[in-house]
Amino acid sequence: MTLDMPTQHDEEWRYADIASLAGVALDNWTDITVAAGEEHRQCLLLEAAAPEVLRLRVNVEQGARCAIFAVNAASDYARLEVEVVLGQGAHFELGGVTIGGGDATREIVTRVRHAGQGSTSHQVVRSVHWAQATGNFLGRIEVAREGQQADAAQDFKGLLLTRGASANARPELEIFADDVKCAHGASIGQLDESARFYMAARGISPEAAKALLVQAFIADALAALDDEAEHERLLGVALASLEGAAL
Amino acid sequence: MLQIDNLHATVADKPILNGLTLQVNAGEVHAIMGPNGAGKSTLAYTLGGRPGYEVTDGSVTLNGQDLLALDPHERAAAGLFLGFQYPVEIPGVSNVQFLREALNSQRRARGEAPLTGGEFLKLAREKAALLKLDMDMLKRQVNVGFSGGEKKRAEMVQMGILDPAVAILDETDSGLDIDALRVVGDGINAIMRRPDKAVVLITHYQRLLDYVRPDFVHILSKGRIIKTGGPELALELEEHGYEAVAA
Repeated sequence: MTLDMPTQHDEEWRYADIASLAGVALDNWTDITVAAGEEHRQCLLLEAAAPEVLRLRVNVEQGARCAIFAVNAASDYARLEVEVVLGQGAHFELGGVTIGGGDATREIVTRVRHAGQGSTSHQVVRSVHWAQATGNFLGRIEVAREGQQADAAQDFKGLLLTRGASANARPELEIFADDVKCAHGASIGQLDESARFYMAARGISPEAAKALLVQAFIADALAALDDEAEHERLLGVALASLEGAAL
Repeated sequence: MLQIDNLHATVADKPILNGLTLQVNAGEVHAIMGPNGAGKSTLAYTLGGRPGYEVTDGSVTLNGQDLLALDPHERAAAGLFLGFQYPVEIPGVSNVQFLREALNSQRRARGEAPLTGGEFLKLAREKAALLKLDMDMLKRQVNVGFSGGEKKRAEMVQMGILDPAVAILDETDSGLDIDALRVVGDGINAIMRRPDKAVVLITHYQRLLDYVRPDFVHILSKGRIIKTGGPELALELEEHGYEAVAA
């Protein structure tokens, strides 16, 4: 099977670095099924130095839970795409971080389909970029006609550390049921100057202050990851990319 | 100890300090009083090195060191503590983490060994008890959800832990009820009333001076000190107002 190369006209690839896609395998889908009543947790790190597209297709059956935590700190174009179908009473949790400098585009794309009644989803994505880098989050939530009492929440925040960096957020809702809760929020900002001065006035160097504030900023995305060792590992990778960055 | 000579400073090109001279010796407590817009907070921020506060003339030395040549975090390491009128909230960063980073940054800058987690907690517990601040408060995020009184009390705990040579306290008494005022006053006395330390209290009102008795009271008007006296000057101000006393 040959796949058509996506273009910037495809909504889902609108902010992608299309030029970097040549030679990248786009059909490497990983299929995951979480059987009824089961729990599945996965931690992903994207840190490659070459363009990478990682695609997951997750089927969360009745009453099952799936949690995905991902840090996209690659030094070249990297995209994590997660497609989720939720059965009755199933739950999907996403904690995502995109972080880095250079001129790379780092993105997280989700499509969550609430197919069964009373299913829930919770997505928190934090994006920290500097230099000429770009962080994207495209999150689509679909609630099928059978998905009554679905409860979906999606929260994106972008932090731009220097002029020239950018972030794009595109929340999208498609709802066919009439008794649902769907919340989404997106905001993009800079480091709080008054917090930086407050830290400096207590003796904290600008670099250390920045690291503390960034750590606090991305903490929300990893808050639901209760495995301490995994939490440290993901946070460590995210913060490591800050070290030595010319900010 | 702190020598301010002919200090001129502007904020957004507007002159605020116009030739302020003040000598603060070790063991002394100075109160600076003045009407709104006299330049009280500007003096505090200029000494702290806040971005946007430009020194256009004059000099400031701390124990013989040129303070104005230092970055804000270096000023803190040199022994300057700036108490904020409005302490800044830093979501996601705990007081313990913040203060340990601050203290160890200062210690490293002075060539001293950083404290271990255990050593730091012991010190924090001791200082928190002195200010009657619950240790649980220190585990919470910096100033987030603190009442006005709790924020000022937390500032004093910070001062106790960082152990500065000179404290510039900018309206530390604002937003305090009588009980909190007493606690903060006692804290200033306990931490800073020592032969090797000095305090500059910036305040609108005389009431804090009932608890922290100043050696000198200065009236600041239009960016200069226009009158200096003993504690009786504060009482005179309280009774007759700035206009009458400064005339």
